[in-house]
Amino acid sequence: MAVTEIEAGPSALERLSHPRALIALGLLMWLPLMSYVMGGSALGPAADYILLPAIPATLLLYVLGVRAFRESRVAVIGLTLVFFWLLAAVAAPYLPLLDPNKPIAPFVTPLSEKRDVFFWLGTDFKGRDMLSRMIWGCQRVIVWGVSATFVAYVVGALFGLISGYLSGWWDEIISFVANVLLSFPVMVLFIVILNYLGPSGFNIVVAVTFASAPAIMRIVRGLTLDIKTRDYVFAAQTRGEHPLYIMIVELLPNVRGPIIVDACLRLGYTTVAITTLTFLGLGLQPPDPDWGLMIRESAKTAMLWKFSYMLLVPALAVSSLILGFNLMADGLREMSLRD
Amino acid sequence: MTEQTPVLECRNLCISYYTRAGEIPAVVDFNLKLMPGEAHGIVGESGCGKSTVALAIMQYMGRNGAIVGGEILFEGRDMRTMSEEELRQIRGSKIAMVYQEPMASLNPAMTIGDQLAEVPIYHDGLSQSEALARAEEMLAKVRLPDPRRILRSYPHQISGGQQQRVVIAMALLSNPRLLLLDEPTTALDVTVEAGIVELINEISAEFGTSMIYISHNLGLILETCHRLTVMYSGEAVEVGDIEDVFDEMRHPYTRGLFGSIPLPGADKNAHPLMAIPGQLPLPHERPPGCNFGPRCSFFKGGLCDARALPMHPVPGDDDHRVRCERFAEIDWDRDLPKGEAKPPIKAGPVVLSVKDMTKHYAIETGGLLAMGGATRTVKANEKLTFSAREAETVAIVGESGCGKSTFAKVLMGLEDATDGQVLLGDTELGDLPVQKRTKDTIANLQMVFQNPFDTLNPSHTIGAQIGRVIRKFGVARSEEEVNEIVYRLLDTVKLPRDFAKRKPRQLSGGQKQRVGIARAFAGNPSVVIADEPVSALDVSVQAAVTELLMDIQRENRTTMLFISHDLSVVRYLADRIVVMYLGRIMEQGTTEEVFSPPYHPYTEALLAAVPIADTRVKKRHIVLKGEIPSPSNPPKGCPFSTRCPYMIPGTCDVELPPNRTFGQDHRILCHLQPSELEGMEPVISPRAEAAE
Amino acid sequence: MLKLILRRLLQMLLIMAVASLLLFAIFDTPEFKKRLAVQELGGFAVSALTEESYNAWLAEKGLDVPFHTRYLNWVGDILQGDMGFSYEKNRPVGPLLLDRLANTGILAFFVFALMIPLSLVLGILAGMKEGSVQDRTISFLSVFTTSIPEIATAILLTVVLSLGLGWLPAKAAMINGFSFRELLLPVLTLVIYDFGYVARMTRASMAEVMTSQYIRTAVLKGLPYRRVVMKHALRNALIAPFTLIVLQLNWLLSGVVVVEVFFEYDGFGKLLLEAALFPDVEVVQACTLVAVAVAVLSQIISDIGYTFLNPRIRFA
Repeated sequence: MAVTEIEAGPSALERLSHPRALIALGLLMWLPLMSYVMGGSALGPAADYILLPAIPATLLLYVLGVRAFRESRVAVIGLTLVFFWLLAAVAAPYLPLLDPNKPIAPFVTPLSEKRDVFFWLGTDFKGRDMLSRMIWGCQRVIVWGVSATFVAYVVGALFGLISGYLSGWWDEIISFVANVLLSFPVMVLFIVILNYLGPSGFNIVVAVTFASAPAIMRIVRGLTLDIKTRDYVFAAQTRGEHPLYIMIVELLPNVRGPIIVDACLRLGYTTVAITTLTFLGLGLQPPDPDWGLMIRESAKTAMLWKFSYMLLVPALAVSSLILGFNLMADGLREMSLRD
Repeated sequence: MTEQTPVLECRNLCISYYTRAGEIPAVVDFNLKLMPGEAHGIVGESGCGKSTVALAIMQYMGRNGAIVGGEILFEGRDMRTMSEEELRQIRGSKIAMVYQEPMASLNPAMTIGDQLAEVPIYHDGLSQSEALARAEEMLAKVRLPDPRRILRSYPHQISGGQQQRVVIAMALLSNPRLLLLDEPTTALDVTVEAGIVELINEISAEFGTSMIYISHNLGLILETCHRLTVMYSGEAVEVGDIEDVFDEMRHPYTRGLFGSIPLPGADKNAHPLMAIPGQLPLPHERPPGCNFGPRCSFFKGGLCDARALPMHPVPGDDDHRVRCERFAEIDWDRDLPKGEAKPPIKAGPVVLSVKDMTKHYAIETGGLLAMGGATRTVKANEKLTFSAREAETVAIVGESGCGKSTFAKVLMGLEDATDGQVLLGDTELGDLPVQKRTKDTIANLQMVFQNPFDTLNPSHTIGAQIGRVIRKFGVARSEEEVNEIVYRLLDTVKLPRDFAKRKPRQLSGGQKQRVGIARAFAGNPSVVIADEPVSALDVSVQAAVTELLMDIQRENRTTMLFISHDLSVVRYLADRIVVMYLGRIMEQGTTEEVFSPPYHPYTEALLAAVPIADTRVKKRHIVLKGEIPSPSNPPKGCPFSTRCPYMIPGTCDVELPPNRTFGQDHRILCHLQPSELEGMEPVISPRAEAAE
Repeated sequence: MLKLILRRLLQMLLIMAVASLLLFAIFDTPEFKKRLAVQELGGFAVSALTEESYNAWLAEKGLDVPFHTRYLNWVGDILQGDMGFSYEKNRPVGPLLLDRLANTGILAFFVFALMIPLSLVLGILAGMKEGSVQDRTISFLSVFTTSIPEIATAILLTVVLSLGLGWLPAKAAMINGFSFRELLLPVLTLVIYDFGYVARMTRASMAEVMTSQYIRTAVLKGLPYRRVVMKHALRNALIAPFTLIVLQLNWLLSGVVVVEVFFEYDGFGKLLLEAALFPDVEVVQACTLVAVAVAVLSQIISDIGYTFLNPRIRFA
């Protein structure tokens, strides 16, 4: 029997999720980025500086992440891909890039020069620099994707906990609503909701919440049903603890592990959804660059071998980000199984 | 004497697992010689490598395990040199195995007939119908009722005991030379276990099969085996004939094991158990030299930790060997270092009294949309009546489905009683859910749980979890006060104070149970319900936790309700015993009264079923037929009537028996006349030759 | 068993009822009514209408009666096969939708015909020997392909196979009638994106079964490895993937939207999107309702299939 009763140290997940420093760094990276993208012009002159502190925070987070994940090569590769784009998102304003929205010279193929400017990735049909658009393009999809996933998780986890722990009528009602929502194919649900609300970033958050929260609720409900039979929950009940205390203090921290893995996967799905919806014309709107928009705008003009880079660049960019999320999920799952 | 070839011989066998942390030796220098017809027991605690030995004999080590040294000879041939095809022909035909969990060992998607028939089809080339016929014959031999029906059943349609009989039948189908039994009864109830043990003994008598019987239970080994290997932390520490090892053990660990199990004669006051100090070393943290060294009272630095120890033969007996450097110097006749005798405690006034407490559940039997439809009543508890006094230990004994956990739930306020009274002091608890109880009432009634892995929340530190209880019950409020009490409680349960900062995953099972005890006693309860608090722990740790629990109880004059299925433990620590079966109390009385006639027929069978690791006692042989009925569909009349050897047709299966009272408080729920009950023979008696 | 099916059907009806109610309610706003008027009468005519004549128009269309009456009328019409009218395509919705569904059905048929054997075989091969080279290769391949969203797969395939090598047509508009060559790129896109998911689930199921105790029992019974895998492992390992594959029908209805739009294939997904952008409310409603019906039906089939394949439930 090689299985040991006591585990030597905290698990990888624990190392990842516990320390408060990590959370602080995360906020230091995230809040400026979020206000930069969502606040836009409302920030005024502050917009030029607000992302500066986020750059060292991102780098530091990456280093800490690699240390926590070092057991799994797959997770490190995933983390690297994700942080490449995160860093691009926070550093975009300070990189020596051309204005992503300014037409310079149309149809310049990659690695060539036009009007004394060297274009690494060429320009699109309107003459805008592809490299710059690719780098800037990650901002909105990351911010809206992460926000949407986060909101979906808050809603899904809340209902999952209630439904799983309280059972009875709560469970019947919540599960039924979830079943109704789950019976809509995801893309159909997106189309109906965005058709009703109109295309915008905020509405994507709403749509993703409707589409993802039922599935998250089911996962959390399942975990809760399992965990609530444990003796420590029984002990809390016999102490006369309030159900709310039991849900938040006794149950929530223990469903965290599996949820983190699922969240990585779901970040991937959300990114796909946003890009696809934007391609279909129901998501993010021009003129600011976005990968889905880049595909949408050049889908008609780029249907020639010579101009296919206009489609390939955003397609590969979005694929690499999603691959990053999926590899992270894979690595995390592998690590949690080992512990 | 002609030299027989041993059926199986292991020579200097070494087995390792490869993990991220590197090579972990699971078994080191293991030797075993098994002659035809012999039954050899391997006993040891979890992680000692006993199951690894069995799987190595089968050459089934998984991807990360390997035999790194020594050889395994089966009928004289080294199994390590055999090809995969040769191994296949031996597995299941010449060597067969019976596993710990019968349900998991059978394929859920195939009928039992198909699974059994495979063995003769692949090993003896029989046709499907011949194979099925042989399977049916074998099912009858393992005494399963209605073999024809069982052949057509899926595993989940029969009970756990029947499943294990099927697995045994599967093992016997090709008449193997060697049968490996890996904890075959651990997952079963005691009375069902007794039936399986009887069957195993008959097999070895009838077929002459050699057996290796792996168990953590010394009593079971005594009932089934001729020879015994005691393993500790990957090594065999003592080998010998059963009588030699049981009566003249020569290894301190073996002696420690016997000292920590409650044998008849042990008594919580006069002869307390002697726990082995410390805990099992992790496989990668074994000490140099003797693995048992750090826990051994005879340890001598420079000698015991100098080198890897060899096995020494005990002078005068070549078959008895021990892995101890000092066994010759130790005076083995001197008795075990005895625990201090403690004065008996006088029970105080009645603290908890239960009267006609009844709990029924309604379960849905389906219907559309989970609404309406037929419901069926499960009678989980029927008219329970008993009381417990201050500082007294009342044991509630029963097998699965007897209603002990439902009773605990009602008591703790998580379920309402359907009927009857539960009085704690002068508070009626039966219909008072926990949310409506006062802080004091809740603090007064606390619980210690069974499973050490579940009892603590893995996300919070030990200190935070105990501290929460202290605050919740209003024992103390301020940070320092709470910390102070947490430390004091940790002292009480003999854990270092810095454990307060640890998370449960950093603790061993025994340590977690200690924290669970500390938590239960944090609010100075007057009644503690202990739900099998040590049954999931290793034998050597059990004693320490049991003693600790009783010391704290003694000090605080707490009333303890000790829920258990293990009569040996109960006899050791209980003042009074309540025996339950299918939701009813069958018998109650003082420990002495319950353990001697008159018995309830169920108590009698239960006593006979519990294996006792003592060569000096003999037990009457009673094996109950059948299985425990489902509590949702109990028999009419006496719940025990379907299995009772004394069953009176027309009475017991129709009418509920009367409660017969003997002495002051000894009550038996039975139709038998008092004289018949009183005329029963004692189940356990001293063996004549040992009594001289 | 029968009880379970009945119960499931009842649940399905309830879900359909609630879903249709939701669907009807969200498009039952004044703005959408106005848009309807614009579509029927023309934008200019509507802006010229007085409030009275607008109300008269509403009354004529039956849009002024109470909500529940209109809902019931709507449901009644649909049950009689009248799904409304598409103003964009200038056709009744019923036949239009049927046409498009048939096209999507063809697409789905080929996707499943390719995806099922591919993913099951790969999943079983990977799960049979957990941690081996074949497992790692297959696992990585499936993570990789599922990580590339359909739109990116579609682009990559088009660029390489069509724009670069010129082997296949880039569009599947089927202007000159049905052409299998045109269908190939959409089918490949959907298969590449989806097989990885099913393969991973099959692998997980197979790997779990292979480490189970009853497989150990089967090996230690002395059965040949082939028999252990084919008879003991597969029977249990394929239960989960089966239900999953049926549920992929639901997923496919999502997936076809982007693929049909990108390749200009006239199927259900393209119809739904065009209707949503136009907006052609009655088409959106009809499409969604059909999609939900298909999804719920596949859920039921999957549930019943699971019960049937799993003797532990079948003979409970």
